[in-house]
Amino acid sequence: MPWDRNQMAARAAQELEDGMYVNLGIGIPTLVANYVGDKDITLQSENGMLGMGPFPYEGEEDPDLINAGKQTITELSRTSYFDSAQSFAMIRGGKIAAAILGAMEVAENGDLANWMIPGKLVKGMGGAMDLVAGVGKVIVVMDHTSKHGESKVLKECTLPLTGKGVVDRIITNLGVLDVVPGGLKIVEVADGVTEAELRAATEATIV
Amino acid sequence: MKKVYGSAKEALDGLLFDGMLIAAGGFGLCGIPELLIAAIRDAGTKDITVASNNAGVDGFGLGQLLETRQIKKMISSYVGENAEFMRQYLSGELELEFNPQGTLAERMRAGGAGIPGFYTKTGVGTVIAEGKEHKDFDGQTYILERGIVADLSIVKAWKADDTGNLVFRKTARNFNPPAATCGKVCVAEVEEIVPRGSLDPDKIHLPGIYVHRIIKGTQEKRIENRTTRKREEA
Repeated sequence: MPWDRNQMAARAAQELEDGMYVNLGIGIPTLVANYVGDKDITLQSENGMLGMGPFPYEGEEDPDLINAGKQTITELSRTSYFDSAQSFAMIRGGKIAAAILGAMEVAENGDLANWMIPGKLVKGMGGAMDLVAGVGKVIVVMDHTSKHGESKVLKECTLPLTGKGVVDRIITNLGVLDVVPGGLKIVEVADGVTEAELRAATEATIV
Repeated sequence: MKKVYGSAKEALDGLLFDGMLIAAGGFGLCGIPELLIAAIRDAGTKDITVASNNAGVDGFGLGQLLETRQIKKMISSYVGENAEFMRQYLSGELELEFNPQGTLAERMRAGGAGIPGFYTKTGVGTVIAEGKEHKDFDGQTYILERGIVADLSIVKAWKADDTGNLVFRKTARNFNPPAATCGKVCVAEVEEIVPRGSLDPDKIHLPGIYVHRIIKGTQEKRIENRTTRKREEA
């Protein structure tokens, strides 16, 4: 059985080490926060907050306290607030150890596409281009193939890029791959998935 | 110098003109200058370019100025919450310049700080870099981005004193300080104006030098994406 969303998030949480400052994207990456366990992780929200807490209880929502997905959240005893310029100074300046984010396509050279499908609705890149250009490690969490069964792990991205050569590690429902010189290296295969299945679902060169 | 005005309309008097560039604070609907936006709608100013991270939602925030077709161009990082925006953009009625969020914030900060341009790694190798100067520093490639100087900044803060010192609240700070600094004139709307001397000088987020006019008002402070968790049953 391939990993489900929660298992992918739990696997991604293993990438995080005690003391890290981390930015989590929208979707499966948000679930990673549920699996950090006892590790001392500080979550950054790029709209201007370090130390992001859980969602508020009903009736305790504060319109002045949201995350980058515009969801109501809460603060922690360690929380600090700052403006958007400061927020992206710490992102661009390499102070954030890792970003975990979703993707539409990843290529074997680390190219990432996750913000735009030409001819379809154009929403914008938000902070994704800044994050992938600036943080220490970029970890992509996504399904290995599209709804139509086509590989999302490609030799070359077909969609407009979010960043060039920026991805370090890819965690999918089928396993974990690292971007290395010459292509991708299989780090791990999901329980119940064979390496042959992982290779068959991957268009990129596996070295 | 008197900075406190009686209403959003009075505070904007003499500052609005067709074809102007306005920088607006806010992230989503959090910390947006909603009363000033409504007053610009009522003033009917046309062909405005707005530099703002988002474009509001249908009928609220900057979405109001889209409905009235007062905006000619948006400079934003994310506009996904606004159907009217999409309609106008796809039909060619509205211009759109996408900026990565951190690049937009830094363009405002730089513009307000007297820095006409800066180099950044963000967007290298993407469509954002097309047509921009590339330069290598220490073996890495960067692109040149320009500072923004706006004709007018509109921002929302929590508290002000009558000299324009501002304090923001939680994540409603967001783009407000950089937007405030990049305007030739800055108008701030706040929830409370407190007596001079009652703000701790060490806890002022934006010094009054950047703020020219202030109004106190009652904002709706709409929540865009209300998300909660269940209480544990006792």
